[in-house]
Amino acid sequence: MSTQSRMATVMRASYGRLLAILASSGSDIIAAEDALSDAFAKALIHWPNEMPRNPEAWLLTVARNRLKDIYRKDQRIEFHDEVPEPEQVYPTIEPIPDERLKLMFVCAHPAIDARIRTPLMLQTVVGLDSETIARAFLLPPSTMAKRLVRAKNKIKASAVAFRVPEPEELDGRVSAVLEAIYGAFSRDWLAKDDLAEEAFFLATLLADLLPNNAEVLGLAAVIAFMLSRQEARIRDGKFIPLEEQDPAHWDQALMQQGSTYLTRAQSIGELGRFQLEAAVHAVHADRLNTGIINWDALAHLYRGLSHLAPTIGTTVSYAAALGRAAGPEKGLAALLQIDSKVRVSFAPAQAVEAHLLNLLGRTKEAAAAYDLAIALTVEAPLREYLTAKRAALAPKLH
Amino acid sequence: MRYTLLTYTRPEDFANVPPEELGQLKGLFGAYIGALKEAGILAGVDWLQPTSVATTVSEGGNRIQDGPYVDSKETLGGYMTIDVPDLDAAIAWAKKCPIAKFGAVEIRPSASEA
Repeated sequence: MSTQSRMATVMRASYGRLLAILASSGSDIIAAEDALSDAFAKALIHWPNEMPRNPEAWLLTVARNRLKDIYRKDQRIEFHDEVPEPEQVYPTIEPIPDERLKLMFVCAHPAIDARIRTPLMLQTVVGLDSETIARAFLLPPSTMAKRLVRAKNKIKASAVAFRVPEPEELDGRVSAVLEAIYGAFSRDWLAKDDLAEEAFFLATLLADLLPNNAEVLGLAAVIAFMLSRQEARIRDGKFIPLEEQDPAHWDQALMQQGSTYLTRAQSIGELGRFQLEAAVHAVHADRLNTGIINWDALAHLYRGLSHLAPTIGTTVSYAAALGRAAGPEKGLAALLQIDSKVRVSFAPAQAVEAHLLNLLGRTKEAAAAYDLAIALTVEAPLREYLTAKRAALAPKLH
Repeated sequence: MRYTLLTYTRPEDFANVPPEELGQLKGLFGAYIGALKEAGILAGVDWLQPTSVATTVSEGGNRIQDGPYVDSKETLGGYMTIDVPDLDAAIAWAKKCPIAKFGAVEIRPSASEA
């Protein structure tokens, strides 16, 4: 491997690890970022001449020196920059501690605005630049940058501690971290700038750091399964719903990872939202081997989910699965349990309603529901899919 | 790190509370302050009279006005300044404050240490 590409690999792999260590003592993420980017800049100059034996330790030492400079400069005393001799650093290579779990808990701290938690985690743990994050969140870069700085200032000013929460509050704090990671994945997943890879990185990292938490493993499984179908869900610019996807287009290695995470989650014996969602994905994944979709199992899982984490989305999915398992009449009845005001403003509810109405021969009502679903849908491939479904009703309409 | 806990309530919520319940609340509050003292973290505390008796000075002292600076339904009722290691510790103490049950406790880090 060339020095250049080795440098790039080290920098990408080390960013979050080193930032977490540098920021943890003073809760000062901005100073830690400055120190780390200074260390990376120095590496670009020094490493081509002589690559240190332990590049991560070299970066940490340079960044720590720089951090000391930054704090000294606060007191108006000038100090010289110091670059360590490669061999002086960590003569015995001791492992650098992994503080990223603490950093993740800081990013998803209840005192931090829930809307900035995902961007903050993407920037500090993954090392994504603020412009890329802004693009994914459909915000002007200056707005995103301001919000990130505001959050970091609050962390420093209020002294949000870098620590793993006490056992009695751990569950709540972990679910905030999981929400923040899921937030990166589920945002605008049809867009080109999606953050699916980054979300998977965060989910697997969290699974490494908290290997005995069923929900953490459940989320890693969910994201692995969803990523495995990324190539299958859009073919030739056309949206393909899960049940119509060709399993040959699924990524089998990712599916295997998903089911491994799910098996580990299930062995812990604590039911949770993400674990049930992962089980839903696993049922769909089974089609690769069995050729069929077990709708009974899906209806059962969605019913469990709607008890555990009631959302409109879950109820709609339950109604769709029940429609397959027990007939469109039962499916429609389940769907109509949703408040009508909510139903008419939620595109997936209208799409499922249209589908079930059509199966029941209520073509006119189905067409109206499709029209509403199309009006509520922004993503072009989804709109085209619904428009085609709507057009197919035309011969049956008088 | 010093944090000041500002307690906010709606005075109208207390208008119809019977005196014995108010007495009970004062007892709870006294016990809370006692706990802060015992933990050795209390750096300052006061409990304020309603905004109806407030006087506001502004415009460089040229304007002296009867009433509060900001007229709102929720009013500042008191403050406690505590010295604890970090925000989590401050949140833990704010949760225990009797005011948190029916009003709100705002946590503000000290600027003199920042």
